[in-house]
Amino acid sequence: MKRVILPLLLIPTLALAADVEHRITISNHQFSPAELRVPAGKKIKLVVQNRDSTPEEFESHSLRREKVIPGNATATIYVGPLAPGKYAFVGEFHEKTARGVIVAE
Amino acid sequence: MLGSAIIVFRETLEAALLIGILAAATRNLSGRNLWMSAGIAIGLVGSLMVAGLTETISQLAEGTGQELFNAAVLGIAVLMLGWHNIWMARHGREAAREAKAMGQAVTTGQRTMSALALLIAFAVLREGSETALFLYGLAAANNTGQSSLLAGGIFGLAAGIVVGWALYAGLARIPIRYFFMVTSALILLLAAGMAGQMARFLVQGDVIRPLASPLWDTSAILPIDSVLGRFMHLLAGYEARPSGIEVLFYVLTLLMILAGMHWSKRRSRIYSPATT
Repeated sequence: MKRVILPLLLIPTLALAADVEHRITISNHQFSPAELRVPAGKKIKLVVQNRDSTPEEFESHSLRREKVIPGNATATIYVGPLAPGKYAFVGEFHEKTARGVIVAE
Repeated sequence: MLGSAIIVFRETLEAALLIGILAAATRNLSGRNLWMSAGIAIGLVGSLMVAGLTETISQLAEGTGQELFNAAVLGIAVLMLGWHNIWMARHGREAAREAKAMGQAVTTGQRTMSALALLIAFAVLREGSETALFLYGLAAANNTGQSSLLAGGIFGLAAGIVVGWALYAGLARIPIRYFFMVTSALILLLAAGMAGQMARFLVQGDVIRPLASPLWDTSAILPIDSVLGRFMHLLAGYEARPSGIEVLFYVLTLLMILAGMHWSKRRSRIYSPATT
């Protein structure tokens, strides 16, 4: 009986585990920080604030995320849990300047 | 100019391919052009509205409204594609056989046609709203060379339409015997792929868990940003690093629609044994 109950008791703790929150700012079509270090194996709450007046699309093939962020607006994107490694992301509407990388470790 | 052309092309492509496949799949149904045009028109008007409302939508549900909106649109599209395929499993072959005189199939066809119009509207809505936002951004940026960027956008749009049309023309050449088989298979994969994307948006919005993430990684063999990878993604829902839940959504949708088609085909045999 104990074998059944103990794992069940763990479920609420797993579900309530606090999200790790990280913030990224877009201004002049550039991300800051351009390199973000996050813990591997955890779900990350990414809060992206766009300070430009133009919309931007946060896109990452390796993270497999895409989200349009209107001008002067903030968006929330959940990523992970990630395996250790580097995950590049771009602002698709200004791909030349808006580049960044998430390093999971 | 090239940059904006590529972005608009990418956004257009998905909708254009879907419209191409649907146009081919319904080529024998009367009133098709009207329904499809209505779908495109509604989608374009809706795009402008969604583009204007993006900020509001994004702020909904604590900043993940966009994901929920996309997931809902994809969910409805999957339902309609599935419904279309199940309907076609019964009536498609009769429609092909009696292409010129199919009184009854056309009247029942109206129902699936209105569903198709809505489906096209949703496809145009999803891609169109992003294109509209992007072009709005260009217009607002007041950069030098704005007109060339806009020209790039128009070029990208045209290129997307050409690819969709080429797919349609290619499909239309398939002999009628295999025709419904090919288009049903395409729509089936399209629907399953959309269900997978829906799961991805739900994970991105933290509604469901990714399960194993990624379940596999084939980004070294067939990267998703390569031309072939992109094409396979659009047509069959290929992902280089899918999460477990996406694969689950994909497989379940595939199996459910297949079961529905099988059931629908069997019923048509029972009620009209003469047509088989």
